[in-house]
Amino acid sequence: MMGVLDRTGTILRRTAIQVLPTMVGIIILCFFLLQLVPGDVADVLAGESGSATAETMAALRARIGLDQPVLTQLVTYLTNLAQLDLGRSARFNLPVTQLIAERLPGTLLLMLSALSMALVFGVLFGWIMAVFAGRWPDRLLQVLVLVFYSTPGFWIGLMAIVLFSVKLGWLPSNGSMTVGVTLSGWDLIADRAKYLLLPSLAMASFFIAVYARLTRAAMLEVQGQDFMRTAAAKGLHPAVIQFRHALRNALIPVTTMVGLHLGNLLGGAVVVETVYGWPGMGRLALEAVLGRDFNLLLGVLLLSSLLVIVTNAAIDLLHGWLDPRIEAH
Amino acid sequence: MDGSTSAAPAPAAITTPLRPAVRGRMVRAALRNPSLMIGVLILLAVIVVAILAPLLFPGDPQDMVADPTLWPGEDPQYPLGTDSLGRDVAAGLAYGARVSLLMGLAAAVIGLVIGIAVGATGGFFGGWVDNVLVRLTELFQTVPTFLLVIVIVAIGEPSAPVIAWAIGLAAWPGVARLVRAQFRSLRETDFVMAARALGYSAPRIILREIMPSALAPIIVATSVLMANAILTEAGLSFLNMGDPNLMSWGSMIGDGRALLRTEWYLTALPGAAIAITVLSLNLVGDGLNDVLNPRSGQA
Repeated sequence: MMGVLDRTGTILRRTAIQVLPTMVGIIILCFFLLQLVPGDVADVLAGESGSATAETMAALRARIGLDQPVLTQLVTYLTNLAQLDLGRSARFNLPVTQLIAERLPGTLLLMLSALSMALVFGVLFGWIMAVFAGRWPDRLLQVLVLVFYSTPGFWIGLMAIVLFSVKLGWLPSNGSMTVGVTLSGWDLIADRAKYLLLPSLAMASFFIAVYARLTRAAMLEVQGQDFMRTAAAKGLHPAVIQFRHALRNALIPVTTMVGLHLGNLLGGAVVVETVYGWPGMGRLALEAVLGRDFNLLLGVLLLSSLLVIVTNAAIDLLHGWLDPRIEAH
Repeated sequence: MDGSTSAAPAPAAITTPLRPAVRGRMVRAALRNPSLMIGVLILLAVIVVAILAPLLFPGDPQDMVADPTLWPGEDPQYPLGTDSLGRDVAAGLAYGARVSLLMGLAAAVIGLVIGIAVGATGGFFGGWVDNVLVRLTELFQTVPTFLLVIVIVAIGEPSAPVIAWAIGLAAWPGVARLVRAQFRSLRETDFVMAARALGYSAPRIILREIMPSALAPIIVATSVLMANAILTEAGLSFLNMGDPNLMSWGSMIGDGRALLRTEWYLTALPGAAIAITVLSLNLVGDGLNDVLNPRSGQA
């Protein structure tokens, strides 16, 4: 028990130590990257209103602080960030923290739902393929997995809309909840789940394939190990051997890859949220890029990176449970 | 990746120069590998369509040629129908093949070059250089990939070279990790020690001694990299952030989306084209993996 606590402590400490330099690195990287972008929020706002003069634009830039030298802007941003202030969005004229706080639950829900879907179906498919290796269930699933691996998730999402929303009318195609009704209890959960299903599938499809392939390969590799023969010799039930011994070991490469792919998964949210009109951070980021709203964009980039780091720490913890031999560095 | 250490000796088996017997065995293995052969055939078909596009469909694919939203089969002259602006879908698909293949290839090459440079340097030299490069790699992997691509495209303009650079810049960390792992396991081998003892320079050892042995997994990674680059480009042009002067499969899906409820073939056809092309690249990658690393079961 002590070991588990020690381990948890080590991982949490390491994450805390890792967060700060990574965040600063990302800020500096993005800050200079964003300086290269032609045009700023003043240009976009002026273009939209159509009645801006050079004076009003200069006043706007001065108010946002865009007239300051880059390094001064960077220092101001970091000082504000130390007080957990992400600045104001010039476009929405609201604090960035407030804008992100409105969208974060949507993204979090979508990410967790897509990740669980990818893991459950990926591991399940991989397991079935390994158990039936070389026979028809394996071949059939291999083709299906390869199709998932090669098809753009957003296109699967669009086709699912045609099938499930337009033709069958089973699932909604836009938004995250039924507007204008107050639901509670199971009705509420059922309503949200209906809206969540298709976007999660679109976001997860590629990763279902990745994890299925990894699980299959790892399960086949584990089958030849000595401890599997030992378990069989002990007279354990085949189901126990497969579940407790084989699957548990085969999951280690899968969880490692989950950590590496989190950034990709979250990036996919931009397209999926656009397809389904899902109120998340991905669309917010797209709006920020198009509006040249750099405070907002930096905030979204920072928070999504933080999300990746925190989820990675959770995966590290899971890793230790799967294989206690793995040290927390 | 504890499992990868056991597969590490495999690439050493194909150290250049290949003896004719080894090469013959590999060619035979390649010809007997169904996924490699199917993948190569599909890919060749896509390449042929891409090359012949101007001959098959003379004229600009962006031009209006017939009534809008003809369904596939409705008019024999336009077998795959027309879109909401009366453009020939078949012509768009053929020209889109050029865009997808070229963008995928260019982005894969950029990602490969950066990834190999970073991974080889870190893996070979170790120490603080490696430490810094690993941190940099992790930094790039922490930022959501697609967001990074969008930001870089916004920095430049939505033109083909900028998009290829953006996708390549976002894709290199995976290659770097792979190459670094290869170099770390190979730099302690006897033949590298011998090269060091002979006083060869570091660039020479990296390029002439280690690189050929590390090549097999890199070749496999290239096809997967290209497949993913095509998927990323499709997503980007779907969001209307692609090159506006080019007819690409992703932008065709984006245009067709407005009519999804009625003319869903406008979305289905370009998506199927993407899936088939990416599928062929993945089949080639799987097949090459079987042929080049016969002992590893992993992709």
